[in-house]
Amino acid sequence: MIRSDVIKDLIPVITDELVVCNIGLPSQELHMMDDQPTNFYMLGTMGLASSIGLGLALTQKSKVIAIDGDGSILTNLGTLPTIANNPADNFVLFIVDNGSYGSTGDQPTYAGMKTSLAAVASACGCENVVECQAEDAVETMKAALASDKMTIIVCKCESGNIPVPVIELDAPVIKHRFMEEVKKRNA
Amino acid sequence: MSVSDKIVESLVKNKVEFVTTVPCKQLAGVIAGIENTPEIMHIPSNKEDEGMGLCAGAYMGGKRPAIIMQNTALGVTFNTLSSLTQFYNLPLPMIISYRGEIGERVAIQVEMAVHTKALLQQLKIQTYHFHEPDDIRDLDSILNHTFMSRKPTAILTDSNFWGGY
Ligand SMILES: [Mg+2]
Repeated sequence: MIRSDVIKDLIPVITDELVVCNIGLPSQELHMMDDQPTNFYMLGTMGLASSIGLGLALTQKSKVIAIDGDGSILTNLGTLPTIANNPADNFVLFIVDNGSYGSTGDQPTYAGMKTSLAAVASACGCENVVECQAEDAVETMKAALASDKMTIIVCKCESGNIPVPVIELDAPVIKHRFMEEVKKRNA
Repeated sequence: MSVSDKIVESLVKNKVEFVTTVPCKQLAGVIAGIENTPEIMHIPSNKEDEGMGLCAGAYMGGKRPAIIMQNTALGVTFNTLSSLTQFYNLPLPMIISYRGEIGERVAIQVEMAVHTKALLQQLKIQTYHFHEPDDIRDLDSILNHTFMSRKPTAILTDSNFWGGY
């Protein structure tokens, strides 16, 4: 299974939650398969999905899922100590770990070599870290959402991409409709 | 009342409820003040671009954010400032210690000081420079202006403002 298969499987489980989605292909895939106002697509700033997700989870009540990637976590590795030390039990960080920089042509990442992101997250102090295979992504996500505990999921899958259109939505539109949804859920 | 306390007071008055900080010696007092202010959620970040991500999330969560950082870190924030904060029309007050200005004792700090305003201007970031302790009187209106305009704003605070080293 590749990332787009994982996202496709997850959609029925995450479709009603607030989702902050990583830059590039992950956002484009989610946008193509299940565009809706509860999705915040990052059009730029590789690495910050987990930070945006944590900031959002800490400041309002609804559940927040950040869909991140192994390359992006490596870009912003400082995010893991911040997440660990400021836990938000409405936050699930879902790291699609395909061992490659998918959006830039599948160059290998260190997460696909010697570095275990699950071990890094645990060493940073994250308390609920689950590494799963792509086939178990849905069950793992369901369990994380049901636990009401901040959870870091590292989902191992194969690298590879499908053709997807670019996102034509204007950034302030993405933000506006997302914020309206956040307001509604916290009213 | 110290300028640090006045900054915290202005943040509270303007309903800034989420502040991320990366330390600087000059900012120690304001960071401690924020940590001890129950109205403000203080989430220290490890790097300034990470902090700006946290602030973007907090703003979308309904809280007014701010970041407190040193000018030497501006370079690592440019991608975030342009492709997140500016591209999505997100307001972000940046209270920045302006190291390397008159009174500085560490020569290397001057190397970023000479670039600071030029870089902010290049990014078209509205910029204010606090030199006298009394310049703090503008902070309320700068914060208000920042949230009205939904843009990042740099508030450079130099050594003289903080009362020297
Ligand atoms: Mg990857």
